[in-house]
Amino acid sequence: MSPVRNTANPQLNAHGELQHLLTIEGLPRDVLTRILDTAAPFTEVAEREVKKVPLLRGKSVFNLFFENSTRTRTTFEIAAKRLSADVINLNINTSSAAKGESLLDTADNLAAMQADMFVVRHASSGAPYLIAQHLAATGRDHIHVVNAGDGRHAHPTQGLLDMYTIRHYKKDFSNLTIAIVGDVLHSRVARSQIHALTTLGVPEVRVIAPKTLLPTGVERMGVRVFNDMKEGLRGVDVVMMLRLQNERMQGALLPSPQEYFKSYGLTPDKLALAKPDAIVMHPGPMNRGVEIDSSVADGKQAVILPQVTFGIAVRMAVMAMLGGANA
Amino acid sequence: MNMRIHIKGGRVIDPASNTDREADLFIANGKIVGVGDTAPAGFESNSILDATGCIVCPGLVDLSARLREPGYEYKATLESEMAAAAAGGVTRLACPPDTDPVLDEPGLVEMLTHRARLPEFAHVHPVGALTVQLEGKALTEMAELHEAGCIAFGQANRAIVDTQVLLRAMQYAATFDFPVWLQAQDPFLAKKGVAHDGEVAARLGLVGIPVAAETIALATILHLARETGARVHLTRISSAAGLEMIVAARAAGIAVTCDISAHHLHLSEMDIGFFNAHARLDPPLRSQRDRDALRAGLASGAINALCSDHTPVDDDAKQTPFDEAEPGATGLELLLPLTLKWAQEMKLPLVTALARVTSDPARVLGLDAGQLAIGAAADICVFDPRAGFVVTRDALRSQGKNTPFLGLELPGRVRYTLIDGHLAHDGAWG
Repeated sequence: MSPVRNTANPQLNAHGELQHLLTIEGLPRDVLTRILDTAAPFTEVAEREVKKVPLLRGKSVFNLFFENSTRTRTTFEIAAKRLSADVINLNINTSSAAKGESLLDTADNLAAMQADMFVVRHASSGAPYLIAQHLAATGRDHIHVVNAGDGRHAHPTQGLLDMYTIRHYKKDFSNLTIAIVGDVLHSRVARSQIHALTTLGVPEVRVIAPKTLLPTGVERMGVRVFNDMKEGLRGVDVVMMLRLQNERMQGALLPSPQEYFKSYGLTPDKLALAKPDAIVMHPGPMNRGVEIDSSVADGKQAVILPQVTFGIAVRMAVMAMLGGANA
Repeated sequence: MNMRIHIKGGRVIDPASNTDREADLFIANGKIVGVGDTAPAGFESNSILDATGCIVCPGLVDLSARLREPGYEYKATLESEMAAAAAGGVTRLACPPDTDPVLDEPGLVEMLTHRARLPEFAHVHPVGALTVQLEGKALTEMAELHEAGCIAFGQANRAIVDTQVLLRAMQYAATFDFPVWLQAQDPFLAKKGVAHDGEVAARLGLVGIPVAAETIALATILHLARETGARVHLTRISSAAGLEMIVAARAAGIAVTCDISAHHLHLSEMDIGFFNAHARLDPPLRSQRDRDALRAGLASGAINALCSDHTPVDDDAKQTPFDEAEPGATGLELLLPLTLKWAQEMKLPLVTALARVTSDPARVLGLDAGQLAIGAAADICVFDPRAGFVVTRDALRSQGKNTPFLGLELPGRVRYTLIDGHLAHDGAWG
């Protein structure tokens, strides 16, 4: 028996088109591929003298950041502006939430200001779902919601830009071995990467972490678990590092950043176990000397800065597809 | 006026006497005076209730229903929840002490029981706080609270962290043979947790509560129950492993009872779906394997009782991200339908299924109730097992409108609820 009402995936409309981007989980492979294909020409926009296309002209994109993030907010802002949208940034940490306004009241107020798109970051897993469900329940599903990171749950545009990067360097997903290394437990990035990689047909996705930083039953997400980094890196094509938050470096999860680096920091020695042409990725911001050695971060196998560049194109693609789906 | 009621043409199911047969029921002076085809000598009814096609059973006994008074009247009131109880066929209920103020003073308990003493209201049995403010530090005046009407002592969902205090509280309660009702959940392993630590929490990025939170707390409680000889009732167990420990403890001679909520009888972690805050419950919904073990355990009687764990939550407290939502769901009106649904699915005789919500919980309460014996109080539920009930916000009398079962059609519709022979609910035309 399954009495739950809201089991329908709220991301797709009746025609199977993207209505919101809330998570990568459950999105069909062709939708992911279409996003990556759409992103490709947008990488050229950045190289033009006039870095703008008029796809979202007259549309209002609200960046609702209930959790601070200069980097992600900036990339969304640049992406929206290159699509000619009007962008309004709200750091709600410091305004409404502090006054006790509820998440849905905030959404209602902004919807009343003729928003066309909400880009939402929130510390609680599922917060963008709540907004999307509320908009649907109140007949305002012309407003699109893009999840810019919710709790530990998902960061779909990060997952997509990572896929774009992998496809750029490796062309084909179907023969790759990929390792995700670090704090999987607390990482929305890792969850989005895992769903994207398994959907795109990567035959072997590994996660490498100490047992304290792995969610219970992570193997049921379709990954192979390694506690030994050296073993886990052997023969991989792509190394995807995760950020370790400062507050988790010392305490009941890990004894010290030094010990973490020793076992799970990506050093040239450990990277040598991967394939010679393996690429190294990191969602940023990096903790040099904690999860990654500077010589690797700045080395020739690192594609960390191209990730950032591709990130803008991928976010443009997502916003253009959402804005176009119901324009 | 002395009501003499004749309940006519129904199928009488009385689990206490293992009865299931077509019979009429005769009531006078608030008591059952006859069960059978003919009225007792000299009985002349002045009211006839038609029970054709219906089942006549003891009113339901619910071991946990939050009435939200005092302190949380914006979530529910005694009036709203007593109407819900009557509409759900519940005639007797125990309410946990986590009100505001906490039920830790005799005066508060007296006020509550006094307010609840209306003829159309179910019998209310407060569970007194085991420790002052439920803080797990100082013992309450249990003897005084008992005199004021507390039937047992507990902590609602709050743990006693200090095991020394837990030992003393159990010893003290055992001194007077007061039952101790405890929920087994280790507060450290449950810290910030909002869902079962399993597949769904891993996928959705929710903080998990491992089964070990239940089993570790259970081990502590069971050891201390043996040490102290306290009469322990374990409320709302959630896992297969927890149930196994209780069964093993009984085999080793520790007399403990336990209950589960109707939510855990039907739902699992999968029902969280896409962050459905209605499925935010305490203890969390666990795996399907756990749920199946609880279903079997309730059928066998290893689990003594099924309760609604009725917890009215206002909309504002549910219209939030999953991890910020207040745990709990409305349940008084769903207890009977969910019992019937389970019985249908498990192909259980109704006399067995209804025992878990009538005579068995009455036994946990230590009361001679939940039965249709001659001379017993006429606390009766008459329901149509074939009529359906679609769970909608409007259909619910409770002020709490939030339940994971919203939108679902459930079997069983209550026609009449009698409390001490008083017609508390008349759904004949509803």
